[in-house]
Amino acid sequence: MPSLLFCGPKMAACGMVISIWGVIMLAMLGIFFSANSAVLIEDVPFTEDDIRADTQPPQRIYALYRQVGINCFIAAAVYVAVGAISLCQVRLNKRQEYMVT
Amino acid sequence: MVFRSEEMCLAQLFLQSGSEYDCISELGELGLVEFRDLNPSVSSFQRRFVSEIKRCEEMERILGFLLREIQKAKIAVPQEDESPLAPPPRQVLEIMEQLQRLEMELSEVAKNKDKLQRNLLELTEYTHMLKITRSFIHSRSRHEALGPQYEEFPTMETDSATGSTGMQRLGAKLGFISGLIQRVKVEAFERMLWRVCKGYTILSYTEVDESLADLDTGEINKSVVFLISFWGDQIGHKVQKICDCYHCHLYPHPENDEERADVLDSLRTRIQDLNNVLHRTDDYLRQVLQKAAESAYAWVVQVKKMKAIYHILNLCSFDVTNKCLIAEVWCPVSDLANLRGALEKGSRKGDATVPSFVNRIPSSDTPPTLLRSNKFTTGFQSIVEAYGVGDYREVSPAPYTIITFPFLFAVMFGDLGHGMIMSLFALWMVLTEKNQKKKRSSNEIWMTFFHGRYIILMMGLFSIYTGLIYNDCFSKSLNIFGSGWSVKAMFTNQQWTNKTVQTNALLTLDPNVSRVFSGPYPFGIDPIWNLAVNRLSFLNSYKMKMSVIVGVIHMSFGVVLSVFNHFVYLLFLPELLFLICLFGYLVFMILYKWLAFSAHNSSQAPSILIHFINMFVMQGKDVTPLYPGQTGLQVFLLLIAVMCVPVLLLGKPLYLYWQQRGGKGLRRRRVINISCTVLQFDFADVLMHQAIHTIEYCLGCVSNTASYLRLWALSLAHAQLSEVLWAMVMRLGFKITTKVGVVFLVPVFGLFATLTVSILLVMEGLSAFLHALRLHWVEFQNKFYHGTGVKFLPFDFSQLPSVFEQDGLL
Repeated sequence: MPSLLFCGPKMAACGMVISIWGVIMLAMLGIFFSANSAVLIEDVPFTEDDIRADTQPPQRIYALYRQVGINCFIAAAVYVAVGAISLCQVRLNKRQEYMVT
Repeated sequence: MVFRSEEMCLAQLFLQSGSEYDCISELGELGLVEFRDLNPSVSSFQRRFVSEIKRCEEMERILGFLLREIQKAKIAVPQEDESPLAPPPRQVLEIMEQLQRLEMELSEVAKNKDKLQRNLLELTEYTHMLKITRSFIHSRSRHEALGPQYEEFPTMETDSATGSTGMQRLGAKLGFISGLIQRVKVEAFERMLWRVCKGYTILSYTEVDESLADLDTGEINKSVVFLISFWGDQIGHKVQKICDCYHCHLYPHPENDEERADVLDSLRTRIQDLNNVLHRTDDYLRQVLQKAAESAYAWVVQVKKMKAIYHILNLCSFDVTNKCLIAEVWCPVSDLANLRGALEKGSRKGDATVPSFVNRIPSSDTPPTLLRSNKFTTGFQSIVEAYGVGDYREVSPAPYTIITFPFLFAVMFGDLGHGMIMSLFALWMVLTEKNQKKKRSSNEIWMTFFHGRYIILMMGLFSIYTGLIYNDCFSKSLNIFGSGWSVKAMFTNQQWTNKTVQTNALLTLDPNVSRVFSGPYPFGIDPIWNLAVNRLSFLNSYKMKMSVIVGVIHMSFGVVLSVFNHFVYLLFLPELLFLICLFGYLVFMILYKWLAFSAHNSSQAPSILIHFINMFVMQGKDVTPLYPGQTGLQVFLLLIAVMCVPVLLLGKPLYLYWQQRGGKGLRRRRVINISCTVLQFDFADVLMHQAIHTIEYCLGCVSNTASYLRLWALSLAHAQLSEVLWAMVMRLGFKITTKVGVVFLVPVFGLFATLTVSILLVMEGLSAFLHALRLHWVEFQNKFYHGTGVKFLPFDFSQLPSVFEQDGLL
C-alpha cells in the first residue's frame, strides 16, 4: 500500500490550524446569518429587485440570509473533513519521525 | 519585579591555593558574582594557567573531531538534563587519556577502511576489464571467421620486461596491453596513440556500464576498458609511456580463456572477502562511536566548565606571600551570605587547611546594574534594555512596561478576532515551552518570537479588551447588549415615511427625536456605527482625543518617576507643572466638552483646537467661552507655565552653586551623580546642560503629545485594512447563494485566513509593536531614564555559550 503521506509536518500543522479556525468561524457566521444579523447586510447578495418587488417584505431578504447561512454551515462541515485529513497527516508524520530516530 | 537596580558591593575573595579550583567551580554553578580582571596588562600567553587552558583546548579539538564522526555516522547524542560538575584536576588526566585513545583508534580504523576500499576498487576494475576484453577477443575471432583464414595464433608468453603479453607471429612479436582509462580522456588517448605509433597499434575500447569511483579523488565517473595490440618492442615501450601519461590503470592481460576464467574466479572470491571485511570494519567503527556518544555530552560540559574556571583563575592575582589567590568581584549586597556559603563549600571540597573568605571593600567605581527577573518579566526587561541598560540605582521603567506596552499596542491593534488568534498562538508557545526549550531550534526568527511569548500573550489579551471597546471583530461589530439607536422610532414619530426611504439614498437618524437614542451602549462603541456612512468621522474624533489623553497621562507618569532619579528632586515640579498646565488643560477641555454638551446643543459645541490656539495667542474675544471664567483661567495657567521655564533653566545650577558655597543641602540623596562628585564645579557647563535640557523638555512636550496621535493613525489603518480584506475577499465567497456557492466559500475562506495572518497579524502586529516601542523609548523614557549603565554579567556556567552547539554538532 503506497504511503498516504502527502504533505510535510509544517503543511499539516497549517492545515489543522486553518481547519479549526474555519470550523469555528464559519459555524458562527452561519448562526449569525440565520439570525438575520443587520451587521452582515452588506454580505448578503441582494438586488434592488429583492427590495422593491417583494410581496411580503422582508421575506426575500430573509430567505437569502438563510441560504447564505446554510452555505456557511456546509463549508464548516467541509473544513471538519479537511481537519480530519490534516490530523491524519500529522499523526503519520509523527510516526515517520519516530521510526527514523 | 524591582523598582530600581540592586545595591552592589565590591568584594575581595581570598582563595587558598589547593581549594581555589573548587571555590570557583561552586561560584560558577551558582552564578552570583562578576569577576574583574586584575591583570589587564598581561597578555593571554603570559598568564599563570596557560598550560591548563591549552590542555583544555586540545581536549576540545579531540571532542570536536569525535562529534563530527558521530554526526557522520548519524548516531544521536543523548543529552542529560543535569549538567555534570567540573572535574577535579586528578580526573582531568583520565578524561584526556580516554579522548586521546579514542582519537587514535578512530583514525586507525579510518585509515584501514580507506586501504580496503582502494583494494576493492582495483579488483572491481580488473574484473570489468577481463569481462570486456573477453568480448573483444571473441568478437574479433568471430569476425575473422567470415573473412580470410589466418593461421592459428601460437600461445602467448608474458614478457617479464614490459609486463605485456605477446605472441610470436611472422617473426615479430604481437603485444597486448589492457586497462582502464577515464572516458573523458579516450579521444585524446586514441589520437596520441595514432600519432606516435603511426598505425602499428590497434586500439579497441568499450565503456564500462557501471560508473566506478576514482581511486584518488573519490569522484564517480565513467571509465572505458581498452585493449591495445601492437607490433614490436619499441612500440611497446612507447605505448607504455603514453598509458602512464594518461593515468590509465593497467592490468595484466590473460593468455587464454582458461587463465581468464581462473583469474575471474579468484577475483570474485577476493571481492567477496573484502566486502565482508569492510562490513565488519563498519560495524566495529559504529560500535566505538556509539560507546563514545554515551559520554560525549558529559565530556563536552566538563571541558567547557574547566576551561571557564581556568580563565577566571587567570583574572586573579597572587598575594604577597604567594600562597593564596586574590579575586575582585562585584557582588549584590543581598547575596553576600550565599557567597560566603559557596566559598565554605568549595574549601571543604578542596584540600586546603585554611578556608577561603570574602572581604568587602569600598569602591568609587560605578558598579554594574543588576535587575532580577523571572521568565515572565525577562521579555519586558529585554525590550527596555535594548534602548539602554539603566544606570546604577536608577529607576527602571520595566515593571510599568509590563502593562503600558501591551496596552499601547492594543490601542493600535484593537480587533477582537485578531487578538484572540494572537493570544491562542502565544498560549500555545507558553504551554509547550519546555519542549521548545529542549528542541533548541536554530531558526532565529522563530527564536525571537519564542523569547517574546509572554509579551505576545499580554498583547493578545489586551487586544481582545480593546477589540471589545472598539467593537471590532474581523471588521464586524458584535451586538451583545442591544443597540442604543432605534430606526423604528423615526417612523413612529412621523419623521420618515416609506416615500422618504424610497427617494433618499442616505438618511440621518436624529437623536433629538424621542426614543431614537435610548442611551449609550454599556461597553464599547455602539454596533450601529458599523452600518453608518459617517462612521469614520465619529471614530476619528473619538480616537484622536483618546490618544492625546493617553499620551498626556503616560508622559506625566514619566515626569513623576523622574523624582527618584533627579539629583535635585524638586526640579520635577516645574516640569510637571509645565506639562499639566498646558496639556493637562487640553485634556480637561476635551473631557469637559464630552460631558457638558449633549445631543440637543451639539450644534453649538465649539472646536477645542481653536480654543487651545486662542489660549496661546491670548485672543478669545470673538468666540463664546466654553465655561464662565475661561479667559481668566487660561491666562493664569499660561503664566504658571511660562514661569516654570526659568525655574527649570536656573534652578539646578543655582542650587549647586549655593551648595558649593557651603549651604546646607536639601536632604542628601544617596544617588551617585557625576556633577556632585566632581570637586571642580563648572557653573557654565552645568548651565549649558540645563539650558539644553529645558529647551528639549519644553519643545518636546508639544512634539511628544502630537506623536501620541500615532495611536489613532495605526488603529485607523488596522480597521481599514481589516474592512478591505473582508469586503474584497470574504464577500466573494457569499456571492453565490445556491449550494454551488460552497465550492467558492471554502477556498475563499482559506485565502482570507492566510491573508489575515500574513497581513493583519504579522505585518500590522510588527508595525504596532514597533510604534508602541518607540512611544516607550522616546516619549516616555526621555522624561526620566538615562540608560547609560553597564549590565551585570555574572560568572555562570549556564550562560556560557558552547562552541559545539553553535556548530550544530550537539
